[in-house]
Amino acid sequence: MKPPPFDYYDPSSLEEGLQLISTLDEAKLLAGGQSLMPMLNMRYLAPQSIVDLNRIEELRFCRSEDSSVVIGAMTTQRDLAASPLIREQLPLLVEALSHVGHLQTRTRGTLGGSICHLDPAAELPVAALALEATLQVRSAKEAREIAMGDFPTFYMTPDIMPAEILTEITFPLHAAGTGYAFEEFARRHGDFAIISVAVSLSLEGGQVTYARVAVGGAGSVPQRARLLEDALVGARPEDSVLDEAVRLSTDIEYIADVHATEEYRRHLFFVLARRALTRAARQAASES
Amino acid sequence: MSTDMDKRRRRQIQVTVNGQSVRREVDVRLTVADFIRHELFLTGTHLGCEHGVCGACTILVDDRAVRSCLMLAVQADGAEIRTVESLAQGDTAHPLQEAFQDHHGLQCGYCTAGILMTLVDFLANNPTPEESELKNALSGNLCRCTGYQNIFSAAKDGAERLRIEEHSDDDIRR
Amino acid sequence: MTYVGSRHTRIEDEALLRGEGRFIDDIHLPGMLECAFVRSTVAHARLRAVDMEAARHAPGVVAVLGLNELLPHLASERLPLGFALEAIEGEVTPFVLAKEEVCFVGEAIAVVVAENRYLAEDAAALVNIDMDILPAVSDAANALVDAPLAHTEKESNRLKEIKQCYGDTNEAFKRAAHVCSLSLKQERGAAHPIECRGIVAHYDSPGDQLNVWSSTQMPHEVRALLAKTLGIDEERIRVVVPDVGGGFGAKFLMYPEEAVLACATRLLDRPLKWIEDRREHFLSAIQARTQFWNVEIAIDKNGKILGVRGHVTHDQGAYTPQGFNLPYNASVAMPGPYVVPAYDLTVDVVETNRPPTIPVRGAGYPEATFAMERLLDVAARDSGLDRAEIRRLNLISVEQIPYEKPLKTRSGSTVKYDSGDYQTCQTMALEMIGYHQFGHRQQTAKEQGQYLGIGIANGIKGTGRGPFESALVRVGRSGDVTVYTGATAMGQGLKTVFTQIAADALGSHPGSIRIVAGDTGTISLGQGGFASRQTVTAGSAVHLAAVNIRKKALHVASHLLEVPEEDLSIMDGRIYITDSPSDSVTLAELAEALAGAPGYALPADVEPGLEAQIHFSPPDLVYSNTTHAVEVEVSPNTGVTTIHRYVVANDCGRMINPTLVEGQIHGGVVHGIGNALFEQMIFDENAQPLTTNFGDYLLPTITEVPSIEITHMESPSPLNPLGVKGVGESGVVPTAAVIVSAIEDALSPWGIRINEYPVTPMLVVDLITRAEKARESIG
Repeated sequence: MKPPPFDYYDPSSLEEGLQLISTLDEAKLLAGGQSLMPMLNMRYLAPQSIVDLNRIEELRFCRSEDSSVVIGAMTTQRDLAASPLIREQLPLLVEALSHVGHLQTRTRGTLGGSICHLDPAAELPVAALALEATLQVRSAKEAREIAMGDFPTFYMTPDIMPAEILTEITFPLHAAGTGYAFEEFARRHGDFAIISVAVSLSLEGGQVTYARVAVGGAGSVPQRARLLEDALVGARPEDSVLDEAVRLSTDIEYIADVHATEEYRRHLFFVLARRALTRAARQAASES
Repeated sequence: MSTDMDKRRRRQIQVTVNGQSVRREVDVRLTVADFIRHELFLTGTHLGCEHGVCGACTILVDDRAVRSCLMLAVQADGAEIRTVESLAQGDTAHPLQEAFQDHHGLQCGYCTAGILMTLVDFLANNPTPEESELKNALSGNLCRCTGYQNIFSAAKDGAERLRIEEHSDDDIRR
Repeated sequence: MTYVGSRHTRIEDEALLRGEGRFIDDIHLPGMLECAFVRSTVAHARLRAVDMEAARHAPGVVAVLGLNELLPHLASERLPLGFALEAIEGEVTPFVLAKEEVCFVGEAIAVVVAENRYLAEDAAALVNIDMDILPAVSDAANALVDAPLAHTEKESNRLKEIKQCYGDTNEAFKRAAHVCSLSLKQERGAAHPIECRGIVAHYDSPGDQLNVWSSTQMPHEVRALLAKTLGIDEERIRVVVPDVGGGFGAKFLMYPEEAVLACATRLLDRPLKWIEDRREHFLSAIQARTQFWNVEIAIDKNGKILGVRGHVTHDQGAYTPQGFNLPYNASVAMPGPYVVPAYDLTVDVVETNRPPTIPVRGAGYPEATFAMERLLDVAARDSGLDRAEIRRLNLISVEQIPYEKPLKTRSGSTVKYDSGDYQTCQTMALEMIGYHQFGHRQQTAKEQGQYLGIGIANGIKGTGRGPFESALVRVGRSGDVTVYTGATAMGQGLKTVFTQIAADALGSHPGSIRIVAGDTGTISLGQGGFASRQTVTAGSAVHLAAVNIRKKALHVASHLLEVPEEDLSIMDGRIYITDSPSDSVTLAELAEALAGAPGYALPADVEPGLEAQIHFSPPDLVYSNTTHAVEVEVSPNTGVTTIHRYVVANDCGRMINPTLVEGQIHGGVVHGIGNALFEQMIFDENAQPLTTNFGDYLLPTITEVPSIEITHMESPSPLNPLGVKGVGESGVVPTAAVIVSAIEDALSPWGIRINEYPVTPMLVVDLITRAEKARESIG
């Protein structure tokens, strides 16, 4: 299981990288390599070129801005989980990270790489969706912003052109009174999610004023549970309300594979969404 | 002198491996695992799956545990690599190696190097882990022989020995 | 100081911990080339053309070879049948390389030989295969009913029928108070040692000697089979086993790849290496099962077993490299440690277009135990008896031991349980887990919405399989002792165990003893490592050979020291007059004397040399026994089973090294947990494997497994001088049975029956959902 031959480039600046990929056909970007390298080793793909982003230090950062946190796409999962800024400001992301792979994979795996790879069972795209992240994608010519919700176009296919690089991800921060939870079902610790649910929920005066629920592992792309969100807003997060809201979530797409049938995924979604909502609501109540 | 074409397929790299500086010309697609095993003949690190699940190939790159089957040798240019061969100091075994021997923490030994290097990283950053944290740290290393029980005892004991060593180093420094 | 019985630290560890092990891929020979195999991507097809031209011209390629290129250098296009006890009708063994018809996904069609593995794989992708796809049979359940032929030249997919029959089952079932039937499915699983297979072959042409290093469990058998395949004298082949990163059955046979490399190295006159990668292991290494058991048990009104009967369909896969050990063992092992007065089991061994199956750890005993233990659980429920009680009632009692069953082992001898106290063993396990207090725990937990369950299961394992194993013990002039053996190490600590045995027998210090295993160049006959046999067979051989040397040493020393033998003692390589210790002679001096010096006369009745060779033939299998008990919690929401406690009461006779015994049990139990909860090779209806990597096929990791509590019994076997029994497989024998039993117990509020494994969370949720729907439609 050795990789096929390819041309290798390792630009040392973003500008160099952007120029480079604007000239190449069939280039795959190499971020953490924890998804791309297995695919190369198994020869599931044989790109003409590999452009290694690991020398572009300007893409590794975490910084606080007005009411948001901006993270460079090449920031490693390990550094994110250890970052005091992220731990304080984006606890949902940190909770999601506790389910992402293993110590060894988080050393090199990146936030941007996971978001661009869009494995349906990956945790970070789901957390980014629930947090309503905005992605900055750049080419040599321009930069554009995409909402995380608009980023997946198809199974493992992001809205990113061959000559573009995801450079940073912006997470808006919420006011006090926001609770969060990340629930996942996987067969073993660190495995990809069969179902994951990320919840970000705000309460005011005991009522839900804001709810974002993202689901991973269910369908071919991370999904927002919009019917569920609609059912929550304006309501008090009591057990019967949450039960009913989850029951109304009939808009989730489910797939089947060797790990689970559609029915089982649906069943798990109901179980996990319920748990996540309870936890997030409890936390929001204690925050406000 | 390499042409541009060559530079896309072959590169000169300089890596510090177990404290020694090494210079080689390598194919860009050569993995770090194959580089250390077949170029440098450091065969203590093993390949179990080549798709990043079994952890047998775990080494330290700049003091952090990495799956060496998922990294290209050219990516290690300028980095410091540590493999299992760096643990013992001459005749003196590393505390983790002692612990593994005392607790029958290995049988065929094929997964062991990867587990030792994972623990070196993890315990350096988490010297007093909870049991669940220690298990989570080892969840990325597969073993088919031991059933993990003695690996866990060895890891706990190894953590304790490292703490003692750390304290006695402190004493010496004082 | 007695070494046998002590928790002696392993001598293998230091080198392995330092990364100084020498596994197959660590071997580099000058001028060595690397190989990659071209494999079939469909399960069944007729090969029309294999175009190797483009591959031959790829960079770094030295040769691309198919069966046609190898045939002039082969005595046979197929591998000979391994460990052939009885001839098998028809052509069933794998081809050296595919001939006209490929019969499973992963079957090797051609080999690329190149400067390195990267280039070899590049070229392999250029080999163009033109094939006509044929219908494939994937599911063994249909193989005899309405399925395509796995091999078009055959008339049926039935390979063999194995029948075990004694007593009058018709009568038994007629007069039964309860008859309980089950249909069970035991899914395909695989061995998956963390080190895959590998071989280095080097033909030394000036010496006309073929040297082979193979990550195998059986070097002598590999040598014999290579000799037959290549048509050359066995004495011109040397097979050496390097350090092996686990076997578990996957390395317990000779594979086509070994024959290919051995042949190609002679053809090309270059050293060759092939290292299997994990994907290849998923596709082309042997697997175990699938099996379908339709069985029933008849019990009387007191819960005593009257008879057991049924039918098994066993999926042999596309080829039979080695006979029908697994299904045969299963058919004989089913009655287990119980008194079963009448028994009638038929096993249909069928071919499919899936990879070949041979024994993986457990070798049919886990499968048989699963069936028997599930039947006992159902019988308990139907008759109102407690599960432990029905077992106690039917276990062979210690007074009945040795106990003969009217069944024959593969070698033709009668199944006879030599020693063991099964009821005490079960009692110990029940006490450890607090079985009799469990009802209360279960009830309290249920009130808090927790579903706990408990399971108990018994297993036996025939160990120490013959026909023999070899040991040659030699004392050198330095006084150091070298033990050569046909036994093979694969992580179990064989060298440590034999060192302990030899140290006690010889009175030598362990530090002066070296074990050399797995090299056909050092000892001419051997069998290898499988079926939990080596401590019994090789251990006994080592012991007896060492005892012979001790006797000879005392004899010669008595002559040299001029005292009767009874006046002598031996310790740490020195023989001394007990009452006058400074009068002594060392083993080194004896070895020197016995090596001869011109003009020096040896005692008249003494042969030169201080060495002894023994081939120990065990008179019969020796049977270890074990009882497992487990407490689980099942989450009805997610279907997840969490093991809270796992206890093992184990009897493997006399333990040479209890620490190593426990390590084997740990490993076996966790493999069993893998079988019970996680591992399943899934194929589609075209026999296309769907689980071909470690993300799809799940091995247990440290976070899924419990701590295993072990208590030992030692019922020495009378059938070998050490009183030992094997333990390598005991851990996996009753494991799936006990876990499924506990899960069923946890789900008893729903009345769920579980008749298959792995018991995935999805299966549990599905069963609960269906049970609830059924209840609704009734109520």
